[in-house]
Amino acid sequence: MTKPESFITNGIRIDGRKPEEIRPITIEVGVLDRADGSCYIEHGLNKVLAAVYGPREVHPRHMQKPTTAIVRFRYNMASFSVEERKRPGPDRRSVEVSKVSREALEPVIFTEYFPKSSIDVFVEVLQADAGTRTVGINAASVALADAGIPMRGLVSACAVGKVDGELVLDLMKEEDNYGEADMPLAMTQTGEITLLQMDGNLTPEEFEKAIEMAQEGCKRIYEIQRNALIERYKRDIETEEEPLETPEEEPVEVETVVENEAEEETSEEVESE
Amino acid sequence: MSEKQRIVIPGDLVSRDPARRGDGTYVRDGSLYASLYGLVNEREKIRVVPLSGKYVPTRRDVVVGFVKEVTFSNWIVDIGSPYEGLLHVSEYPRRIELDEMSAHLGIGEAVLVEVKEVDPMMKVELTMRDRRLRVIRSGRIVEISPSKVPRLIGHGGSMISLIKGASDCSIVVGQNGRVWINGKGCDEGLAAEAIDKIESESHIPGLTDRLGRFFEETKNDADLNESDSNESDSEEEVVVESGEEAGKGNNIIDELLE
Repeated sequence: MTKPESFITNGIRIDGRKPEEIRPITIEVGVLDRADGSCYIEHGLNKVLAAVYGPREVHPRHMQKPTTAIVRFRYNMASFSVEERKRPGPDRRSVEVSKVSREALEPVIFTEYFPKSSIDVFVEVLQADAGTRTVGINAASVALADAGIPMRGLVSACAVGKVDGELVLDLMKEEDNYGEADMPLAMTQTGEITLLQMDGNLTPEEFEKAIEMAQEGCKRIYEIQRNALIERYKRDIETEEEPLETPEEEPVEVETVVENEAEEETSEEVESE
Repeated sequence: MSEKQRIVIPGDLVSRDPARRGDGTYVRDGSLYASLYGLVNEREKIRVVPLSGKYVPTRRDVVVGFVKEVTFSNWIVDIGSPYEGLLHVSEYPRRIELDEMSAHLGIGEAVLVEVKEVDPMMKVELTMRDRRLRVIRSGRIVEISPSKVPRLIGHGGSMISLIKGASDCSIVVGQNGRVWINGKGCDEGLAAEAIDKIESESHIPGLTDRLGRFFEETKNDADLNESDSNESDSEEEVVVESGEEAGKGNNIIDELLE
């Protein structure tokens, strides 16, 4: 990867986004059967898997707290997640990311409901493309909800940065590597900021603006998280209701029509490619 | 059951009236918000019925546990929760010597127990001092998510009696999501299958109707291959130690239904 000539031309970034636009996000809930809650997110080129276990017994015993649950968070990057193979295992960076991510999520969890237990969150980065800690937090927050853990609300996270002297939302790899600043932020849905880090330089004015932009990004991400959780069960409820209400013979016709449409769509795609 | 069910996620506003606070909700700024991911149940109190989650023991719950360890005077019982249960020798139905504890109830054995007391430190004391409680030595145990237990029992026990009627089994639903299916010559497999179905489809409306259809279909199938039924009888591995008590199984469930 080399430094691009310019990051922004005619107000459009190198991947075709506007400065205040986030990357496309898809969220899948409950992808792992063995975990109590799980979530898979694709955020631009980032691919992140989160698993939640618990509340469960604390091991080792001495870590348990008599009045609340403890939250443990492990952020890990797969060795194949980056261009140059990453040496597997925890390192300085992943320990830091784990700590700040845990602290970003802890305030929304009702830990006092589960004394002497632990809630364990595992975030695996399968493919990294800048902003993995924010994606990890987004995934973990959805996975916690999926695990049935009582929370005050979801946590959403988003990064802002500066490239070519201009503030941009949700940095991608090139912008992160060669940009002038990177500032990840996580907030609850009520607007409390639970994570704020920065490397690089911003003027006080830029900082104010950057926070506003990141909050706006978090709100958009929150909507996507919310939809993913609602859709998971809504689909079941709606598809199952139909056969009960409609007469038995009619749906057959509807189905064939749908099939034809689907075929047409795929054939069009093939042509366009 | 046809009423539209509303799905909420943690942090969703459920009501402006904090006085109607039920399980799975919390109050912030004078309004009521969901603290769980689940379906809203609006009665006198507004509750959020979770779609998943762990079992947290409360007093007087009847649960199915597995013995994990035998200590000097206690059995440590896994009750499918973050907290282990303690069953003291004195809570065993009859008097036994301390050195004979393993002989009466060994590691790995299943027990039907009641939660006697839970203290704020989440020390869970169990008891077997009730005639409906016992060591489980026959039948089979299936596990469902504890959040699905109310659906499996149904309103006033409607769902569970449907399964009992169709399979001819005695079924005990532990509040921790472990279900004991038992009975001589009953169709344990059918009951287990039905329970599985309830677990995977409990959030979809019209469950009772679908279950009724399921039983009708399987019954038709069974009529077609009637000869098979003889074989399944011989497969029964009913180890009858508490055999004379087997009939009482039915009473247990009725008592469990509140």
